[in-house]
Amino acid sequence: MDPLEAIKVTFFQECEEQLSELESGLLAMEQGETDSETVNAVFRAVHSIKGGAGAFSLEPLVRFAHVFETTLDDVRGGKLAPDNNVVKVMLRAADVLADHVRAARDGGVVEEARSQALAAALEALNGEAPLAPVVSAELDDMPGLEFTPLTVSEDDGFGDDFGFTPLAAGIISLEPEGPALRTWTVLLRPKNALYAKANETGLLLRELKRLGDLQVSIDRSELPGLAEMDAEHAYLTWTILLTTDRSQSDIQDVFEFVDGDCDLSITAEDFAVSPAEIGVLGGDEPFDVMALIQQAQAEVQAAPAPVIMAQAFAGPASPPAPAPAPLAAAPAVSVSSPPPSPVAAAAAVAPDAAHGAAAQQATIRVDLDRVDRLIDLVGELVINQAMLAQRVTESGVPRSSNIAMGLDDLEHLTREIQDSVMAIRAQPVKSVFQRMPRLVREVAAMTGKQVRLVTEGEGTEVDKTVIERLTDPITHMIRNAIDHGLERPEVRVAAGKGPEGTVRLSAVHRSGRIVIEVSDDGKGIDRPRVRQIAIDKGLIEVDSNLSDEDVDNLIFMPGFSTASSVSDISGRGVGMDVVKRSIQGLGGRIAITSRPGQGSTFTLSLPLTLAVLDGMVVSVCDHTLVAPLTAIIESLQPKAQDVRAIGPDAYVIAIRDTYTPLIDVGAMLGYRTTPLDPTKGVALLVEGEGGARAALMVDAIQGQRQVVIKSLEANYRQVEGIAAATILGDGRVALILDVDNVVAARRREKARSDAKLATVG
Amino acid sequence: MSKIVLTVDDSRTMRDMLMLALGDAGFTVVQAVDGVHGLEVLESMAMPDVIITDINMPRMDGFGFIEGVRKSERHRATPILVLTTESDSVKKERARSAGATGWIVKPFNPDKLIDAVRRVAA
Repeated sequence: MDPLEAIKVTFFQECEEQLSELESGLLAMEQGETDSETVNAVFRAVHSIKGGAGAFSLEPLVRFAHVFETTLDDVRGGKLAPDNNVVKVMLRAADVLADHVRAARDGGVVEEARSQALAAALEALNGEAPLAPVVSAELDDMPGLEFTPLTVSEDDGFGDDFGFTPLAAGIISLEPEGPALRTWTVLLRPKNALYAKANETGLLLRELKRLGDLQVSIDRSELPGLAEMDAEHAYLTWTILLTTDRSQSDIQDVFEFVDGDCDLSITAEDFAVSPAEIGVLGGDEPFDVMALIQQAQAEVQAAPAPVIMAQAFAGPASPPAPAPAPLAAAPAVSVSSPPPSPVAAAAAVAPDAAHGAAAQQATIRVDLDRVDRLIDLVGELVINQAMLAQRVTESGVPRSSNIAMGLDDLEHLTREIQDSVMAIRAQPVKSVFQRMPRLVREVAAMTGKQVRLVTEGEGTEVDKTVIERLTDPITHMIRNAIDHGLERPEVRVAAGKGPEGTVRLSAVHRSGRIVIEVSDDGKGIDRPRVRQIAIDKGLIEVDSNLSDEDVDNLIFMPGFSTASSVSDISGRGVGMDVVKRSIQGLGGRIAITSRPGQGSTFTLSLPLTLAVLDGMVVSVCDHTLVAPLTAIIESLQPKAQDVRAIGPDAYVIAIRDTYTPLIDVGAMLGYRTTPLDPTKGVALLVEGEGGARAALMVDAIQGQRQVVIKSLEANYRQVEGIAAATILGDGRVALILDVDNVVAARRREKARSDAKLATVG
Repeated sequence: MSKIVLTVDDSRTMRDMLMLALGDAGFTVVQAVDGVHGLEVLESMAMPDVIITDINMPRMDGFGFIEGVRKSERHRATPILVLTTESDSVKKERARSAGATGWIVKPFNPDKLIDAVRRVAA
């Protein structure tokens, strides 16, 4: 890739980081954190984006960022108080800025009206005339527009003595098509400050030499004796005769960096006042400029100050040097102390710096493909290690042998490698959560509702593939919460609530899974209405006997939509059934709880990774299955007196005085037609979605093992009751049970058997 | 031996741009990500011929960094160029009074950058 293109890619990556900094900073400001650290970080984010965008000539982005930056600069400078109103405008501006960045990256265009409206809103905050700063900035950058030097010095000669009236005419006459050689007299008297900023007379001469021929003479009349000399003081005055075809402004440019740190006059020789008249020259002979420059360079690189002092006084043959400010360490020379202000400033910075250092972590960027390849390989390694272990066991090598012990070590190591590799892919859900404030603002604006988004646990880590697929479901649920859940402000007030609704988005690790909750404090699910809709759409029978929970779950049914008109916010042609399916596709589950008048909570539970699983390997009718260990509470051998039949094919088992449905896995998956005698098998007590328990009957337990998940859907198709597949140590494929699905399938029949269950209890 | 330039900028984009332009021009480039880091790097690296620093940076901004460099006996005479996005005379003056040798206005093209470095490099 063209290196510049590569940098552009970096730039857009960086923009994303800056945008998220910007947003979290603005949100902090919204919460009242308007300390200078926060405001500066926000300013820097916009400033950096603008800087990079300028480098790539991304004009619309630069223009918008500039307006934004100007506003932020006012906030930073205390000219504009960051009250709620200001921050709200800036949050919206951040959204538009993000659009500009993406438009620049993907070649799109930002809606001009929106961009301009926000730019205008920002400018209204600044109280500035639109676009003025941009124009002036550009003017400053344009070469050849620097009239000032000409005006000042030419006026003396031209205007009075020669009757050259307009300045413009002067410029034209000075720069004809074929530039003529002219000799200029440059008088330069450096001040101490020039050297203090590490500028060097020698370097200035070197620059002048690039323009034409030089004749340099030095007035060292002010140079005191060595004893009185201050090494950091500038004593010399330089007279330079420069013969060049370049313009005066080109000459002036050489002194751009030392402007104000020296007395300078540049005059065309024809009109120059003679050195004798102004009395600056001490009559020294002209020097060879190159020798001077070499001298200057030699000093910078070389010896301690006293030596140079000695040189400088050796005699007229060796020309005096510019005051050697750089080499102030010499003990013989009095060193003027630097101004005190920097000390104070630096000290003030120090605590911050320490704090920042702790917060900063060293990171590297790695192509995702490489990590994925590594994960694949580690998966193969785990399988291989298991196969090897099994073969060694089969070969009759004793457990205590060196080989077996070495294999144990290998297993630990493999496991650690696997964990470490998975950790590489683990990322905080922050990246998804961060997109939500904008969504909330937009949906709130569209629906005319007042919404506050509260996020919790955004540092919770989960595998990257899971994160990538979380955005859509969460987006949809939040849209739903605002559009369907929250009431309009007047309705809320009438119901005795605050006008502003709250949507809470949280993430937490719970028993090897990540649980994400989206809750609102709105009106809750309107159960009679949901029920009616379901009946109208033929999803349920008119006389269905459904619990509140069952009614709530109707919204996940395909074809269900509560919005009477398809609004452009929630109703994008997808309903909660699509959300549910995509969550299930991730090996996750979704549940809803709702209380009328108080709001609803959607709970998503997902595996932390899609790559490995701790499983219990069991046998069912000569098949090997894997049950996820996280779902298993305990395993037991049922006794005959604990098992009760509650129907032709339905059994319950008493476990510590609680009756739990007993599910024959073999029968459910169609491996056998006659049910397994519960006393001949093993029951796995599992907990599914929402705490529902069931006991799964299997023939025998083989052991616990970590298995590498291979998608069944990708390689075959989705199978009811099966989550995925894996390859075992002996090379055979084993299916992984979808415990939730199995439990839920059982519960679907539960309603019918409820009455009987009650009599048993 | 090629000249050494220390670049101090919190933006990766800008660091990369500087690296590209300076590297192409034959300079050896050492990078730091903010003022604090810049001062740390200065202590351990070979004497740079020129330092280029951004102004707006976290932890320690360009002004603080320049003042820090000027306070150091070893580096007080090292030329420092500041990067400014705008021809903001206030910022430029603040940088100069902190001890900046010269400045480069962003966005810069490589020629402008190299020219500025050459002007201040001994």
